[in-house]
Amino acid sequence: MNILHLLIIIPLLTTVSVLCVKSMKAVRWATAVGMFFQLLTAITVLLVYMVIRQSGDTSEMVLMDTYNWYPSLNITYAIGVDGISCAMILLTAIVMFAGVFASWEIEYLQKEFFVSLIILATGVFGFFISLDIFTMFLYYELAVIPMYILIGIWGTGRKEYSAMKLTLMLMGGSALIIVALFGIYHSSGAPEPTFNLLELGKYPMSEAAQRFFFPFAFLGFGVLGALFPFHTWSPDGHASAPTAVSMLHAGVLMKLGGYGIFRVAMYLMPQAAQEQAWIFIVLTSISVVYGAFGAIWQKDLKYINAYSSVSHCGLVIFGLLMLNQTAMDGAILQMISHGLMTALFFALIGMIYSRTHTRQVFEMGGLMKVIPFLAVVYMIAGFASLGLPGLSGFAAEMTIFVGAFQHVDLFHRIATIFAISAIVVTAVYILRVVGTLLLGPVKNEAFMQLKDARWYERLSTLLLLVSVAGVGIYPQWLYQLIFDSLAPIAQKLAAAL
Amino acid sequence: MLVIAAVVIIVTELLVSDKNKGIVVPIAIALLFITMALTIAFPAEGRIFGGMYVADSLRTVVKLIMDIATILVLLQSNRWIKAAANHDKITEFFILIFASLIGMSYMVSAGDFIMLYLGLELATMPVCALAAFDKYKRVSAEAGIKLIYSSAFSTALMLMGITFIYAVSGSVYFDDIALSFQPDAMSMLGMTFILSGFAFKISLVPFHLWAADVYEGAPVAVTSYLSVVSKGAALFVLTWVLYNVFGSASEIWRQLLVVLAFLTMTIGNLFALRQENMKRFLAFSSIAQAGFILLGVLGEGQLGMGTVLFFLTAYVFTNIAAFSVVAAIDDATGKENISDYNGLYKTNKQLSLILMLALFSLAGIPPVAGFFGKLFLFNAAASQGYYWLVFIAVINATISLYYYLRPVRAMFIEKNDAPIPFFKSDWYMRICLILCVLGIFITGFVSAIFEYILSVS
Repeated sequence: MNILHLLIIIPLLTTVSVLCVKSMKAVRWATAVGMFFQLLTAITVLLVYMVIRQSGDTSEMVLMDTYNWYPSLNITYAIGVDGISCAMILLTAIVMFAGVFASWEIEYLQKEFFVSLIILATGVFGFFISLDIFTMFLYYELAVIPMYILIGIWGTGRKEYSAMKLTLMLMGGSALIIVALFGIYHSSGAPEPTFNLLELGKYPMSEAAQRFFFPFAFLGFGVLGALFPFHTWSPDGHASAPTAVSMLHAGVLMKLGGYGIFRVAMYLMPQAAQEQAWIFIVLTSISVVYGAFGAIWQKDLKYINAYSSVSHCGLVIFGLLMLNQTAMDGAILQMISHGLMTALFFALIGMIYSRTHTRQVFEMGGLMKVIPFLAVVYMIAGFASLGLPGLSGFAAEMTIFVGAFQHVDLFHRIATIFAISAIVVTAVYILRVVGTLLLGPVKNEAFMQLKDARWYERLSTLLLLVSVAGVGIYPQWLYQLIFDSLAPIAQKLAAAL
Repeated sequence: MLVIAAVVIIVTELLVSDKNKGIVVPIAIALLFITMALTIAFPAEGRIFGGMYVADSLRTVVKLIMDIATILVLLQSNRWIKAAANHDKITEFFILIFASLIGMSYMVSAGDFIMLYLGLELATMPVCALAAFDKYKRVSAEAGIKLIYSSAFSTALMLMGITFIYAVSGSVYFDDIALSFQPDAMSMLGMTFILSGFAFKISLVPFHLWAADVYEGAPVAVTSYLSVVSKGAALFVLTWVLYNVFGSASEIWRQLLVVLAFLTMTIGNLFALRQENMKRFLAFSSIAQAGFILLGVLGEGQLGMGTVLFFLTAYVFTNIAAFSVVAAIDDATGKENISDYNGLYKTNKQLSLILMLALFSLAGIPPVAGFFGKLFLFNAAASQGYYWLVFIAVINATISLYYYLRPVRAMFIEKNDAPIPFFKSDWYMRICLILCVLGIFITGFVSAIFEYILSVS
């Protein structure tokens, strides 16, 4: 049986087992064990993929499997992976595993929480392995609705408002994607209309159709990637969500947007991408800088991180829009790097909040003396965010900017310089938070009694931290993995110039 | 067969004493079941009455869908019909429902306009009586009166349209008219009137004003029946007539449908946003759904008919599931407002989950049938190039998500000091709900259902 099916079967089995067990402890352990197996499967998929590539197989996608689902409409259940999918699957598995441990203390309606979380993850895994755009969209939608339940029931602050805003805006993005979906289906050059991605890739769409549908597809996926001006769901959504949900959402779901953009929009509509890229470059540059400035204004830890996510995810799309292999490679590297980093951040913020019961930066101080483990990890995560060499942020951002500078024309250069300026702004808010929160005198006497990280908290944060450092110190294997998989789409984009 | 069933029930009414009237319920359900089984086992083909009555596999499918829907409605209505206020009218309820169903069957099998009209009238009259079934509630009587006056007016309009068409083409038979149909002034006038008559039955805007009050006032079982069976049959006949009788004027009626679809979706959605009563809420949601179905009608030929019927199948299970939960809560506590549902998840888990599932299906969220239904409808419209209409439709779908999430929010998120207490529903209701849930999941995933429907379209 194709190993990729396991990626869907394991979460479903985990859901069933969670629903069957009785005690609260059993629920947590059932989820943890299930997600551990998912992590093992993800690592295996990556290793199998690398072995297949080593043995000389150069087909576009490997480990493929196709089942005819609706023959009359040519909808298939087609799955397969390439290097980028493997990397994203691994990212999701790591974040999900860490997220389970970050939610160890949830008690209210615990079973429902974990079930919703797993359904969310299933949607994400399915999205990454699908090679048929209808099935891709099905999984994509599946991942949106549990967000409403998760934020609405277990969130904090203005949770109902945030949940509704998030859900409606993401559905609005889906609305745009639906139009593009059917546009692609009906206007492809294929002999008969099909939803299969590889088939569609072989037969390019007419230029007029591409020009019409590319904005729909790009903006539709862009909403999920928090593209300015559709990013407004992000700050409230992340701030109100419970910890694991923020981790999964900022870490993985926002990457679905970027992934969708290059897998569907750019792959199938390269001419339109080349023509219309400049419009969207303007939007993403604003996104990057706006997010960074937005973060400076904030005083709530979660809001700071949410705006920071807007900025970094904007950088992802910025890299993709540079339309050359280097920058796109950097963009995907940034997806992975930022995914791990932001998951780490949200996990830490959740842990700090559960101790101090406040998220306002200026009410806390000197946490390094009180909870040294968490503080040190937070500091390292902060350095990763601002792009310190040796951590993953540097590798990714550097690659994007190198790729961006390969364009010699004035417009691209200015946009790139504009985006680079955000690094300085990022440094400002990161260092300010680190300084105020962790160093200096202890603001509140009651904090002296706080306990440091427990074993499950150490586990989740260390896992993420090691991943971040790993990618940062030796990014070459990942870089090469992604670079090779980008070849088909880079060729198409180059040919479309 | 249905006629035989109706007669059997009348006979039972005479024979059974007052106390044992309850026995009519299982008899009725069994009879309907037997009818369905016979329909599947001996599918009819051919025409009788000189071509007035047509039977083929497409019509068989439509009738089966209606039969399933009616069985579910009958299962759902068990507790209500046995309540003290209705006890003396149990058999009347079934006779009326069967009569209406017979009318729908004739309407669906019509081969000419006279049979269509006959079926339509036979289908509508009993439902008007049924809407006023709750004798002791003023809103029910109001619903009945509104329904009968509006129906009468709209069928009169339709008859006018039929007359014009007859005047131009010299025949009432569908096949003859199709051959000679030209888009001249008189025919267009006739077509518009006929379209208006149908638009009323399907509750398209601006013919929808009766829907909210009737859905709210009538007993829940009757509302379920109206919203699914009545609407479904009318939609099928409309699609058939538009494709096969008025086929040559398709550019003209397409424009009409685009406008109607846009108005219906938008206005249905906007009004649904403000509703507090669950039944009115579901009424406006039905109106908006009808707008979405029109997108499917805009597709052509096999794809159009196939997606409309597929959506109707999904819609049957979804809508009846939603109404059944409302009925269960109404029977147990008499409460109908969304705010009364606050905190329902704490006390009645399964009912909350079923309602949530039904609402998600109505909103078009995977993995339930409504997602597939909606997307196939959009596909049908896109296949003819109506991309901007699809865009408006998906924007409307997003707006509709907001109001579909309101009961979900009430049940799961809002806290309530005095939530509706836990109650058990009787076996009939449970079977109904289980069947609906199964239907919601299976219709989407098992592609064979869609493939078969498409193949006979």
